[in-house]
Amino acid sequence: MLSIEEVRRIASLARLTLSPEEERLYAGQLSAILDYVKQLEELDVSGVEPMTHALAAGEAPALRADQVREGLGAERALAAAPAREGTAFLVPRIIE
Amino acid sequence: MPVADFDVVLGLEVHAQLLTRSKIFCGCPTTFGAAPNAHTCPVCLALPGALPWLNREVVELAVRTGLALGCEIQPVSVFARKNYFYPDLPKGYQISQYERPICLGGAVEFTVGGEERRVRLTRIHMEEDAGKNLHDVAPDGSSGVDLNRAGVPLLEIVSEPELRSVDEAVEYLKALRAVLVALEVNDGNLEEGSFRCDANVSVKPRGRERLGQRCEIKNMNSFRFLRQAVEFEVRRQVEVIESGGKVEQETRLFDPDRGETRAMRSKEEAHDYRYFPEPDLPPVRVEPGLIAAARGALPELPRARARRYRERLGLPAADAALIGSDPEVARFFDAAVAAGGQGAEAARRIANWLNGDVARLANESGLPPRAWKLTPGALAELVGLIEAGTVGGPGAKQALEECFRTGASPAAVVREKGLSQVSDASAVEAVVERVLAASPAEVERYRAGNAKLLGFFVGQVMKEMKGKGNPALVNAAVKKKLGGP
Ligand SMILES: [Zn+2]
Repeated sequence: MLSIEEVRRIASLARLTLSPEEERLYAGQLSAILDYVKQLEELDVSGVEPMTHALAAGEAPALRADQVREGLGAERALAAAPAREGTAFLVPRIIE
Repeated sequence: MPVADFDVVLGLEVHAQLLTRSKIFCGCPTTFGAAPNAHTCPVCLALPGALPWLNREVVELAVRTGLALGCEIQPVSVFARKNYFYPDLPKGYQISQYERPICLGGAVEFTVGGEERRVRLTRIHMEEDAGKNLHDVAPDGSSGVDLNRAGVPLLEIVSEPELRSVDEAVEYLKALRAVLVALEVNDGNLEEGSFRCDANVSVKPRGRERLGQRCEIKNMNSFRFLRQAVEFEVRRQVEVIESGGKVEQETRLFDPDRGETRAMRSKEEAHDYRYFPEPDLPPVRVEPGLIAAARGALPELPRARARRYRERLGLPAADAALIGSDPEVARFFDAAVAAGGQGAEAARRIANWLNGDVARLANESGLPPRAWKLTPGALAELVGLIEAGTVGGPGAKQALEECFRTGASPAAVVREKGLSQVSDASAVEAVVERVLAASPAEVERYRAGNAKLLGFFVGQVMKEMKGKGNPALVNAAVKKKLGGP
């Protein structure tokens, strides 16, 4: 079972604010997901090459040729922006 | 304990923008200087449902770089998501490589203070650049975001922490940059940010085993700033230790205006990037054929070129390194030497002119070699005229400026501007006689034993001849007419 502390840390990394009820709810749900996936650990995979993707390297389609293609352009890119200045997206002040 | 009693340990992470036409995962152009967000599409804007598609050229340039630096090219490498939130990162993660980068090992070789150094690389991996934050774009202090750079391909080249001084760090960077430029994988431009460097700095009292905690410094976009930043950071860490404190592991930003580093607010929280394999991209397979082709196409690298110039042409080490470090200048030099064909002496003269007056004219005009009107053949021709005694130093300099400006042939310029050196002994002697007749007092003093006046007479003769007298002939004629003291 995931602890409440772990749930809070995950939530903070994902920039989520959870109420105490939500923390308890998600601790249960996340634990259930992990337990479900954990069933895979019962399989003997000692002879299987670890995979990071459904397709093995080389089974995937060819790589893209280095050619420029028409994008959206600034106006269409900004069409749904809540705020803009010129053709830049506007966001709250960033402090580095 | 003074700073000198501490050992400095540096590791560098270089981010080099790859010279591709399009971005790493989409077809948007990588060119610099467009209006904000003009070069964007659903993939690099992170619109829902858009999928990355890897640019083959990125893999080829990574392999070329890895081979040139002696890395082991990994037959299979894997992209991973590095998760963090920042306004210039629209997906909320950067696609990078983590556990399985494309290159492992390798080294960068360089010379520092006459000593040959070889600093090992940990790894090289491929990743996408983030966008750019624009500060204070609105009256209320809001920031702007430009995603033109988001998705531009980068190589991250990570050194082992084996650099022992800021001098070594600078020479390492210069050598690495020269290799990347020679390979045509990167343009080497620090100011525009296409060649960036972060430094991991730590110190320890000399002789101690254990290293102090390291700090990562960002935002050094020139060799001068790297030097300032690292020197500041070393002093700061020594002071912390001296006053009984502990250096905290943190990310610090270099502030060029104050010449200081300061902790970055945005990085205060220790990051947990939660890397995991990128599900939208299959593993990258590098076929042996690609490696063989890249190996076959490797150009001559700067240090090999400098060695050839020293050993075959007898150039001094500094001249050889200077020409060797810039592929365009090196091509020009090679072509000039080939056109001259008069051997090592001509090669040395060509190198001198190239590093001297030609470099000065190039700087003044801001033109790269490919835009010069001066051709390699013309420089060889000029050196030939000097060797034949047709033109002297001052005349050659004047002719070079004309040729650089107009692209004319040196022989024609020398002829048309009357720059050729007077090598006719009787003409020189006539001038000498006039000069001696005009300065009877000095002639008296010379003959009374003041040998230093020889230079005065030679100078007067050269002035009279507007610098066109053959210096050897002038010297001989002055001595002959004065009679030896
Ligand atoms: Zn795009």
